[in-house]
Amino acid sequence: MAWAKENGGNNKAAELNYVDRSLDGPSHNFSLMPTPSKHTQYPYVTGSSVLGIKYKDGILLASDTAGCYGSTVRYKSVERLKRIGDNTILGASGEISDFQAITNLLDELITEDWMWDDGNKLGPFEIHNYLNRVMYNRRNKFDPLWNSLVLGGIKKGKKYLGMVSMIGVHFQDNHVATGFGNHLARPIFRDEWKEDMTLEEGVKLLEKCLLVLFYRDRSAINKFQMANVTEGGITITEPFALKVNWELEAFRNPTKGAEGSW
Amino acid sequence: MFRNQYDTDVTTWSPAGRLHQVEYAMEAVKQGSAAIGLRSKTYVVLATVNKASSELSAHQKKLFKIDNHIGIAMAGLTADGRVLSRYMRSECINHHFVFESPLPVGRLVVQVADKAQVCTQRSWKRPYGVGLLVAGLDEAGPHLYYNCPSGNYAEYHAFAIGSRSQAAKTYLERKFETFMECTKEELIRHALFAVKESLQEEELSSGNCGVAVVGIDEPFVVLDPKTLQAYIEALDSGKDEMQTIEETGADDRQSSQVPQEGTGSRGISVGASEDTPTDMET
Repeated sequence: MAWAKENGGNNKAAELNYVDRSLDGPSHNFSLMPTPSKHTQYPYVTGSSVLGIKYKDGILLASDTAGCYGSTVRYKSVERLKRIGDNTILGASGEISDFQAITNLLDELITEDWMWDDGNKLGPFEIHNYLNRVMYNRRNKFDPLWNSLVLGGIKKGKKYLGMVSMIGVHFQDNHVATGFGNHLARPIFRDEWKEDMTLEEGVKLLEKCLLVLFYRDRSAINKFQMANVTEGGITITEPFALKVNWELEAFRNPTKGAEGSW
Repeated sequence: MFRNQYDTDVTTWSPAGRLHQVEYAMEAVKQGSAAIGLRSKTYVVLATVNKASSELSAHQKKLFKIDNHIGIAMAGLTADGRVLSRYMRSECINHHFVFESPLPVGRLVVQVADKAQVCTQRSWKRPYGVGLLVAGLDEAGPHLYYNCPSGNYAEYHAFAIGSRSQAAKTYLERKFETFMECTKEELIRHALFAVKESLQEEELSSGNCGVAVVGIDEPFVVLDPKTLQAYIEALDSGKDEMQTIEETGADDRQSSQVPQEGTGSRGISVGASEDTPTDMET
């Protein structure tokens, strides 16, 4: 506020910075220029990572069922994996209410597609593109849907697995993850994923990564769901827990060697 | 057609329950030069009779590519047809932008039909004076539709519209049961024979007709005059296909090897039912 002092005593006006106003306009308490919507710039109730892999017969998605309110694990039965039509599954991390809005949008889309009743059906790739358009357009309005979406599906034998981020970055891959999953699970995928895994191998790989996430991600809980999509249809498991072992050597003296810890 | 007191605007019913303005619009289609469409399990072929308004002018463009997998032939007020083409192209591109996949032709046809219907129910509008034969693909394979100025649409195995289309229709009615199994070349031959029926005395040449083809894995393309002429010359070797028109002594030539057209383009397929023609004119 150096310039204010030079103004010669008009400090009060310079300090009233909580009201946005044009620099050369009169100082009112109300604003002549509406401020941009700021409550869209952070999430409230969030979900943690979602993991996805391709395997021999289709796609597997996995996530936990926690809905965190900041650092509180407030909701413990949030379903973050949803079926879309009968050949696609969607998983989301980030703001839960935005995920619900997206699910509504997609349900409308699928219903309209179904009503045509002409043998044409929206496949997972079309839905991925549609979601990308939605996310990117919201981002351009500075009002994003605060989610990272994982979409997986299979149509006419062709498997599809992709991700759309809240700013509209989108891509497809053999294995994807959101949030902390990118840091903790993807390296494991890169080492251990292989083409044409069986369902058992895929589930085992995902469970290994879910366990790592539970150990190391503070917003994860030991309650998970898995979704599986094949040509035969979609199944989403009931919530299950994994066996944890806090007696592992890595957890004894966890701060040993860390600077400034006690 | 008869003039009467109920035909002044499109929103007036006649006591007989007819909208005369809509029927007059369909008459405009009947007066336009012919357009023919036919399909097999893998291809749809469109053919048009091209009339030049004078010897000095080039002929009307009546075949339009809408997207890689959809094209149209029109009969009637071609200016109205151009406007509808622009709408159809726009819809296809928008769908592709959002979904990154081709718009199923059946859905586009319904959108055009709904657009045409609006013009039959607003007093400040007039119906489109053009009939469209829409050839396209979706998940089930190739389809041929007819969009009428009345806002009706129907799917066809084969159809002909415009002036002297009845002659072509008669030919198509005789032959359509064989179309499903035809190759691309055979289908084009049938289309050219049907056009020939509509031309009657005139001799068929690449100057007075146009042909376009779309198929699974083959994008919509209007045949260029050279290729078209080659197909026309190859017709003579199939003299037994013709019924009424006198041959002018063309000699039998070997069916020339016509070049395959189009590059790979993923077609989409759909299960649509074949409706029998229910339009108001026939």
